[in-house]
Amino acid sequence: MNPAPLAPAARPWPALRTVYLAQLSRARVARIPLLFVATFQSVGIMILMRGVVDGGDGEEARAVVAGSAVLVVAFVALNLLAQYFGQLRATGGLDHYATLPVPAAAVALGTAAAYASFTVPGVLATAVAGGLLYQLPLGGLWVLAAVVPLAGAALAGLGAALGLLAPRAELATLCGQLGMSAALLLGVLPAGHLPGPARLLRDLLPSSYGVDALAAALGPAPDWGSVTADLAVCAAVGAAALGLATWAYRRAALR
Amino acid sequence: MASSIARAEPATAAPRRAPAQAALSVRGLVKSYPARRAPRRRGRATAAGARPVLANDGISLEVARGEIFGLLGPNGAGKSTLVRQLTGLLRPDAGGITLLGHDLVRHPRRAPRLLAYLGQESTALDELTVALAAETTARLRGLDTAAARRERDAVLEELGLTALAGRPLKKLSGGQRRLACVAAALAGRRQVLVLDEPTTGMDPVARRAVWAAIDRRRAQEGTTVLLVTHNVIEAETVLDRVAVLDAGRVIACDTPGGLKATVGSEVRVELVWRGEPPRDVPDIEAARRLASIAGRRWTLRLPPDLARALVSTVTQGPAFAALDDFTLATPSLEDVYLALGGRGDGLVRA
Repeated sequence: MNPAPLAPAARPWPALRTVYLAQLSRARVARIPLLFVATFQSVGIMILMRGVVDGGDGEEARAVVAGSAVLVVAFVALNLLAQYFGQLRATGGLDHYATLPVPAAAVALGTAAAYASFTVPGVLATAVAGGLLYQLPLGGLWVLAAVVPLAGAALAGLGAALGLLAPRAELATLCGQLGMSAALLLGVLPAGHLPGPARLLRDLLPSSYGVDALAAALGPAPDWGSVTADLAVCAAVGAAALGLATWAYRRAALR
Repeated sequence: MASSIARAEPATAAPRRAPAQAALSVRGLVKSYPARRAPRRRGRATAAGARPVLANDGISLEVARGEIFGLLGPNGAGKSTLVRQLTGLLRPDAGGITLLGHDLVRHPRRAPRLLAYLGQESTALDELTVALAAETTARLRGLDTAAARRERDAVLEELGLTALAGRPLKKLSGGQRRLACVAAALAGRRQVLVLDEPTTGMDPVARRAVWAAIDRRRAQEGTTVLLVTHNVIEAETVLDRVAVLDAGRVIACDTPGGLKATVGSEVRVELVWRGEPPRDVPDIEAARRLASIAGRRWTLRLPPDLARALVSTVTQGPAFAALDDFTLATPSLEDVYLALGGRGDGLVRA
């Protein structure tokens, strides 16, 4: 018997766009309440820290605002995405995608891109609120247009990989929470004030480079060379993390 | 009466007829799951009970093109494990799978281009609207936007879901949500449909809509359907042929009528007692020895003349005084399953 003709597979870009749009619609449909919690948490931290950090364009003020803004990315893209993929894997939800002729990268990247997009309103709100609270110049906020997608790619890639590789959904949640806690504890204080081992940990955390880029851009005379270098590290880590996420998806969903 | 249960021995697992043009051919499929880790005591694993679980134990079957073929068995019989191998989700330990001429063991990623699969879980779609779930699935089956939207509108109309198109799946009742998942499975044409308990939780109207949609695809496009069920009534009414699974093996494979003929003309008598049955009545004591007893319910499979005699006994005298209810029914696939030596109790009649 001659083999029957195969139906065409979904092409990578249209499939990625379809997954991305479907995931975006989840935020509209389900109103994922934790998206709001992410923003409240960051704004709350800035208000608390205002009690001990002076306003103006000092290093501490810029670190607090930049760290809090990037914390929203860590909360949503790392923590919530790890939980989502962990839950999807545990309940057999990945079978839906695995039995469709869609490239693994389209599912992993489309979902990661959607979670990175979920962070945009929260990051903007946090950065503007922080800028006003700490009397920082807001002219450098345009750099968020690069920080959010690049830090988002790095953290969403890691979140997706954690969720897909963790053997149990609870472990995925735990890892996501720990990652977010690390971004919080190591992100909102200036690197210079941290002890040696903590500084090393901070250097290993991809979100730190987004924090540094944004903190520099909020200063009176940003060093655009160092901003670009920080963003380049984010981009490199992002590419690696998304590659890892795609591999993890393939491992979790396909035999 | 004793002669009536003499046939209740396991049958050999040979399909009665080999379909002329097979859509699906499964040969000697074996799949086991690793042993669960034994409980740890003082940091050391104990070896007791650490045996791999054999979920599919040498399954062979053939499904013809255009056939509606069922896999019937209780929970844990190995139905879903078999289906997950046919859809490319699991790799068999041994054996072969040929779907429409393609070797799926060697090329598992061809499965999504040949078949549509409806699994038991809907978590990937729960937070989408019904319309977007169908459209997204059609797009991911390779259709362009316009074709996916046409397909979405047609399948929602066909299944009576148009009014629910804008509602998220997780806000729907269980039956409606299942129907929306069926819509997603049918969006985007495929030559083979693999449906794992598609009508669970649905009301009769929704069930009819699903079966009408499947029949239409078979009549117009020659679609082959592989249906997993543990519902014997559904199996009897919609399937062309059925393979009965028990403990990872096919214990019988035939048309529902052919399978029912294997239990001959036996009828099923169910007696429900209000109080203690009168054991001093000889026929009641004889029936007790043959019955499978669950609480106050006795179930017997008997030749028609013995069934008539028993009904006559229980509808008079002290037996009638102790009787709450009785039913007399022709054999169902459940009787076939039990007569073939099936061990589980997970089949449902609904």
